[in-house]
Amino acid sequence: MNLQLLLAILVGGLFAAGIYLILRRSIVKLIIGLALISHGANLLIFASGRVVRASAPLVAEGQTSLRPPHADPLPQALILTAIVISFGVLAFMMVLVSRAYRALGTDDTDELRETDS
Amino acid sequence: MLLALVISGFVLAPVAPMLQRALPHRAGYIVALLPLAIAVMLGLMSAGVVNAGIVTDTEGGFSIVSTAPWVAGLGVDLAFRLDGLGLLMAMLVSGIGALIFVYAAGYLHGHKHLGRLYAFLLMFMASMLGVVLADNLILLFVFWELTSVSSYLLIGFDHSQEKSRKSALQALLVTGLGGLGILAAAIMLGDVAGTFTISELVLHRDTIRGHALFPAIVVLMLFGACTKSAQFPFHFWLPNAMAAPTPVSAYLHSSTMVKAGVYLIARLSPVLGGAAIWNDALTWIGATTMVVGAWMAFRQRIMKPLLAYSTVSALGTLVMALGVGTTKAVEAAMVFLLAHAFYKGTLFMAAGAIDHETGEKDVSKLSGLRGSMPILFIATAAAALSMAGLPPFVGFVAKELMLKGLIPDATRGTGSAALTTMLVLSSALGVVVAVRFGIRPFLGDLKPTPTEPHEPPRSMLLGPVMLASLGLLAVVLPGFVALPLVGPAASAVLHATAKPDMALWHGVNAALLLSVVVIVAGAALFAIQSGVLRVIEPIASRLDRLGPARVYDGTLWAVLTFSRAQTRALQSGSLRQYIFFTIGTAVIAIGGALAVNQGFSSVPGLSDVRNYEIGLFALLLVGAGYVGVAKNRLAAIAGLGLVGYGIALAFVLFGAPDLALTQLCIETLMVVLMVLVFYMLPDFRSISNNSQRFRDLFAALSLGAVMFFLVLIAGQSTPDLAVTTFYGERSVPDAYGRNVVNVILVDFRALDTLGEITVLVVAAVGVYALLKSTPKRAKHIAGLKEGSE
Repeated sequence: MNLQLLLAILVGGLFAAGIYLILRRSIVKLIIGLALISHGANLLIFASGRVVRASAPLVAEGQTSLRPPHADPLPQALILTAIVISFGVLAFMMVLVSRAYRALGTDDTDELRETDS
Repeated sequence: MLLALVISGFVLAPVAPMLQRALPHRAGYIVALLPLAIAVMLGLMSAGVVNAGIVTDTEGGFSIVSTAPWVAGLGVDLAFRLDGLGLLMAMLVSGIGALIFVYAAGYLHGHKHLGRLYAFLLMFMASMLGVVLADNLILLFVFWELTSVSSYLLIGFDHSQEKSRKSALQALLVTGLGGLGILAAAIMLGDVAGTFTISELVLHRDTIRGHALFPAIVVLMLFGACTKSAQFPFHFWLPNAMAAPTPVSAYLHSSTMVKAGVYLIARLSPVLGGAAIWNDALTWIGATTMVVGAWMAFRQRIMKPLLAYSTVSALGTLVMALGVGTTKAVEAAMVFLLAHAFYKGTLFMAAGAIDHETGEKDVSKLSGLRGSMPILFIATAAAALSMAGLPPFVGFVAKELMLKGLIPDATRGTGSAALTTMLVLSSALGVVVAVRFGIRPFLGDLKPTPTEPHEPPRSMLLGPVMLASLGLLAVVLPGFVALPLVGPAASAVLHATAKPDMALWHGVNAALLLSVVVIVAGAALFAIQSGVLRVIEPIASRLDRLGPARVYDGTLWAVLTFSRAQTRALQSGSLRQYIFFTIGTAVIAIGGALAVNQGFSSVPGLSDVRNYEIGLFALLLVGAGYVGVAKNRLAAIAGLGLVGYGIALAFVLFGAPDLALTQLCIETLMVVLMVLVFYMLPDFRSISNNSQRFRDLFAALSLGAVMFFLVLIAGQSTPDLAVTTFYGERSVPDAYGRNVVNVILVDFRALDTLGEITVLVVAAVGVYALLKSTPKRAKHIAGLKEGSE
């Protein structure tokens, strides 16, 4: 067993579960699937840096630069942005879906084909 | 200086419509001053009166160069060069341009979009000047395409007519396709020669000629040139382009744009010429076009198509002469180019004037117009005689030179006899056409026409009279009008001193005898033309349906049908299908790239995995799986929350406390929001059947597997730590922050974070708007439900 392998299994699992859900016809499952995929994507970015069991990327008191060993701050900055953005997208999506359901009266994506309400 | 001359048209173009609105009766004359000024300027520059850095070549030619950097990294400069060939073409473009603006002012007097026409014509003129003066292949291509675009706008000027729009599109597609050929050839040529500068290409002649790409370069260049200059089998767009207003036809489709292909061939002759593939292809394409064009012109009675086909024939003659490529043939080509511009410009403007003043387009219904329009009669007849090749007009001299360049002798190949015959044949047909259009309608008894015929206004007479006079003056005063243009032009093409002999009389020789044969045969054919046409027309019109235009229509139909079918298949409106396409592409592209480029032997990373880490990951995986199969929404949300908090915990374990904090906050918000929103939505339903589930599971597992390998391989590579190191070193000194992640977000990449906040605000506004408004249908459905309960 090693860490990268574990991460790989987890990322693969998150993507597979997420994709399976967005392929369902129930539109509610679509949203949950997207949430899973964004978790998977965040971990993918995390895993593409070096995953270490080390301290946070903080410059110690009295130092002027990071001293190894430390976690890579760059993927962390990217993921932080991604978490927030995906929340915004999902929130919007949820409201849009509930509004579409109210307007069209169906939660089946196969029936959401007409744009006129 | 040259750059300014080229650009000036583009600068004036947007102003022209305003000028037309301000001065509706004078705008055309004012706009005409620009091409006139350009012509004068070019003349002064080439004569050395204006100091423009003139260089006299050893071959007796000259050149003026002006270069400004543009895309220096790609070797593309705003390089312009004025030499003999460029001068001849640029003089035609600007000189005839000036006459066209005046003519258009009369022809379309009072038209509500006249200002727009001026703007398009100016754009075209500037583009055409760019083509003939550019000294960089890529720059030439850019201007080349601009001429296609402005031609499209001009042919489609009368855009309420379907025929105009269709013809405009046809011209654009045919010449645009050719333009792509030129771009490809230009890139290959630049690659082989190491430079895009046209005047330097000749230095690398042997390298180019010996290169494996040489045949491809020749074929693509010729393709581009032949589409633009309406060579067989691409000639069909030119007669259709007659849907343009007559000033446009007289300008673009007789004397300037259609000669761009001829210009390109002439320009590249020193580089690509001399190879059998180049010369033979040009000679026979040109000769075929010459005969086909003359034959088609012979069958027309409507003025503009008749002139269009005769232009096709003339363009074929030019291409053929350049293909033959001997000194005499090239000299003949340059004289013929000038002669054709003079007479065809006159005839087109005359066609417009006759149509304008009589309302009749069919030459066979016109007769006896000499009394009502005497000045136009004299100008038109002079041009027609020049076209027929009668002395003392420049058309005669051009035809004599052409014959002298072709007539078989000891030095010429076996093909020259055939070429001479073809030239004589098409010239005889040309005589019929010239007389039928330029002389016959003016003679005989006056036939009634839709409107009472009278002399056209002076603005519409200026052009024909000027050009027809030049056709005479070129012979009477050759040293003043013609030789300063055609001599240097031929020198530039041949890269050797050329001085065409423009005298009318050389004693009795073979060329003169053939000229007489042409005229006699033409006259005889004219006498029996109606009989001939009656016999051939039923057969010929059946053959027309097999012509290249049919190939164009078929291709266009096939492309449209294919795109429609493809759009229907890809843009089906089914979300799931889109997702399948996306997953499929991702699996094939990413998985394929991984399979081809990466094999991995050992799994990298920390190997001393601790038990609680395995436990956490197992929990996350089970959670994800549970969410995937959950039977109701609350269970799914709970599972999702588990995954989110679990990931936050993982962030804590691997040195990312900031991520963990954010994840915790967001996850909590998300769960709350989901419970609230999903409360309003129906619970999960089982809609799909088992085979659909299996299919979806397969797609999901495929992508999951690809992601699995992607993570493994990503871990194998050594990350480039340059950026990380930079942030680690600069955080404290530059940003006074010890938390490097925070410093990156709020300081180094503050603008990105601002963008992120903007996204959130937009999402929030969207959420608010969606929640506030109530759709009509929902009320309607709610009403129905209440009613049924």
